[in-house]
Amino acid sequence: MTPTTATFTFKDILASFDLLTAEDKNTREKSLNNLEQVGFPLSKSEEYKFTPITKLLEKKIKWDHAIAPSTLSSVEPFLIEGLEANLIVLINGKYSTALSKINQLEKDVVITSFADASSSAKAKIETHLGSVDKSKDSFALLNAAFYQEGIFIYVPENTIVQKPLLILHINDANDKQVIAHTKLLAIVEKGSRISIVEKSDSMGEQSCLHTFTEEIIVKENAEFDYCKIQNDHGQIHQISNTTISQLNASKVNTFTLTMDGQLIRNNLTILINGEQCESHFNGLYLLNGNTLADNHTLVDHQKPNSFSNELYKGIMDGNSKGVFNGKIYVRPHAQKTNAFQSNRNILMSETASINTKPQLEIWADDVKCSHGCTIGQLDEEALFYLQARGIPHQSAKAMLLYAFALDVLTSIKNETLKAYLDQLISERLHKNF
Amino acid sequence: MLTIKNLQAKIGEKQILNGINLQVNAGEVHAIMGPNGSGKSTLASVLAGREDYEVVAGEVEFNGKNLLELAPSDRAGEGIFLAFQYPVEIPGVSTINFMKTAVNKIRHYRGQSSLDAVAFLQLMKEKMKLVEIDQSLLSRSLNEGFSGGEKKRNEIFQMAMLQPKLAILDETDSGLDIDALKIVANGVNSLRSKNNATIVVTHYQRLLDYIVPDFVHVIYKGKIVKSGTKELAKELEAKGYDWIKNEAALV
Repeated sequence: MTPTTATFTFKDILASFDLLTAEDKNTREKSLNNLEQVGFPLSKSEEYKFTPITKLLEKKIKWDHAIAPSTLSSVEPFLIEGLEANLIVLINGKYSTALSKINQLEKDVVITSFADASSSAKAKIETHLGSVDKSKDSFALLNAAFYQEGIFIYVPENTIVQKPLLILHINDANDKQVIAHTKLLAIVEKGSRISIVEKSDSMGEQSCLHTFTEEIIVKENAEFDYCKIQNDHGQIHQISNTTISQLNASKVNTFTLTMDGQLIRNNLTILINGEQCESHFNGLYLLNGNTLADNHTLVDHQKPNSFSNELYKGIMDGNSKGVFNGKIYVRPHAQKTNAFQSNRNILMSETASINTKPQLEIWADDVKCSHGCTIGQLDEEALFYLQARGIPHQSAKAMLLYAFALDVLTSIKNETLKAYLDQLISERLHKNF
Repeated sequence: MLTIKNLQAKIGEKQILNGINLQVNAGEVHAIMGPNGSGKSTLASVLAGREDYEVVAGEVEFNGKNLLELAPSDRAGEGIFLAFQYPVEIPGVSTINFMKTAVNKIRHYRGQSSLDAVAFLQLMKEKMKLVEIDQSLLSRSLNEGFSGGEKKRNEIFQMAMLQPKLAILDETDSGLDIDALKIVANGVNSLRSKNNATIVVTHYQRLLDYIVPDFVHVIYKGKIVKSGTKELAKELEAKGYDWIKNEAALV
């Protein structure tokens, strides 16, 4: 097969926008104009300093706004065994009615694609879409101009959604390259609770580009659990912009697991717009081959008396590259804030690398904040100790890496999900490192 | 059981073992003594397969096998056990899980099937008693925050669990008070049989009051310069190591 010549240029993007038909084309055009002004990040861009994404896209992706075809008829292999969940399936950025399964929802809970939304849901989408994510990230803007599908979730007041929602993104690049742009908008009303697991998998040898924009509003006393599993093949370029807004006494737990892919960039922003909020955000990246995974997180304490705790860990082998950037803002009024951050890394090879940068900006004077990052190698003495007790080198290594990684799972409450993640991590550490 | 011939080893550019010869038979206890820096711990490490050391000459045969060719885990499978002078702390791995893995890996190496949970627990309970170690300690991360005595007791507990043919105790007495010393020694003594052997590496004679050796060897400058019975250890205690150094200098 001859490789497609990549032509990821602005000219192509503008030309294809003219061909786009969408009801909200005016709104989209504003985003496109903004994108034109901002441009794609170059090597001098501070936010993408260690992540040469534009270069990669220019090399690997031929711009196209059409949805790539897929013949996939079963998502069985991508499901989480034993997890009783409602299911949303998106294939190549397109919602699949046939493969999605939503049933037994609590009263007035809405889980729908934007296209299938009722008129009242559509009104909510119109009001809230774009109200949380104000970022000028090039890929958020690209997503806003070209998004092919959106998922809307609404949990009315005082409603506990019992079953988690599993959102499967499958990019099938068996025949053609895939470009997918998807959105998620979730509103969790006062005193409510929902848990979302978002899992992305990919197939085939062609390149993929997938942009996500996710806006989540967690209102007073509400709880939101969010788990993102990025278990793609080596050809995917994935850029997600996730923004979570928290109001008074709300609780948010996020966990991001990143494994394979060509380039993964996660921008996770938590806006603490209320008092007595609690946020735990954990992440684990287990990288090998030529994968580059870049986690940029920002927690913005805008109100007093809240607590945030961040723990990201990474293991890099082969030629892989990890990037971590953790911003904590504590605004002048956000007194009595407790904000903690930790990023710990293990490098397994001479050619693997990590760039880690904590970035604290504190304007309030009565706060407790801490941060720390470490980069190390596997403890040779510990490795020898385990081997001297009869545990072969490979198993001993996996055992130590597993012990290093494990505490990121503490925030996962669903036992089936936890067991699945545990197994996924353990298998990977035994096979790939 | 163990035959060491002309063993020479170095770390970096520095040669530490300069031709060790030693024969250990089943049922015997050998004490290796010597001043600081003489090579005692190096010998223990080389036998267990620590990679920091490079063997430059010599042979080590263990029950008919060339020990030096085996990976550290295979040596454990063959029945070698090293009780560490400084047991490693490993956060996130409990002693119980660690032992479950170790016991079963060694059983697989020997062609035996895994122990089931009940059998493992039974074995563990029995061995815990032997070294007076509490289960709550074993549920914690391996050696993390353990006192010196607890770490050493944990080593002997592991030894009891793995039932080695040859146990090498590397300065197990260092950092132990007299009560802990007795417990550790009791553990070691009750594991002694005519089928296994023990090498006790120690700087002081004190431990040998409790673990009584059949033979005592003195290492100096990477060589065994004197061998004898337990009386030799007493003599060293009384006279110190200087006379050995002087004797060695005359040779």
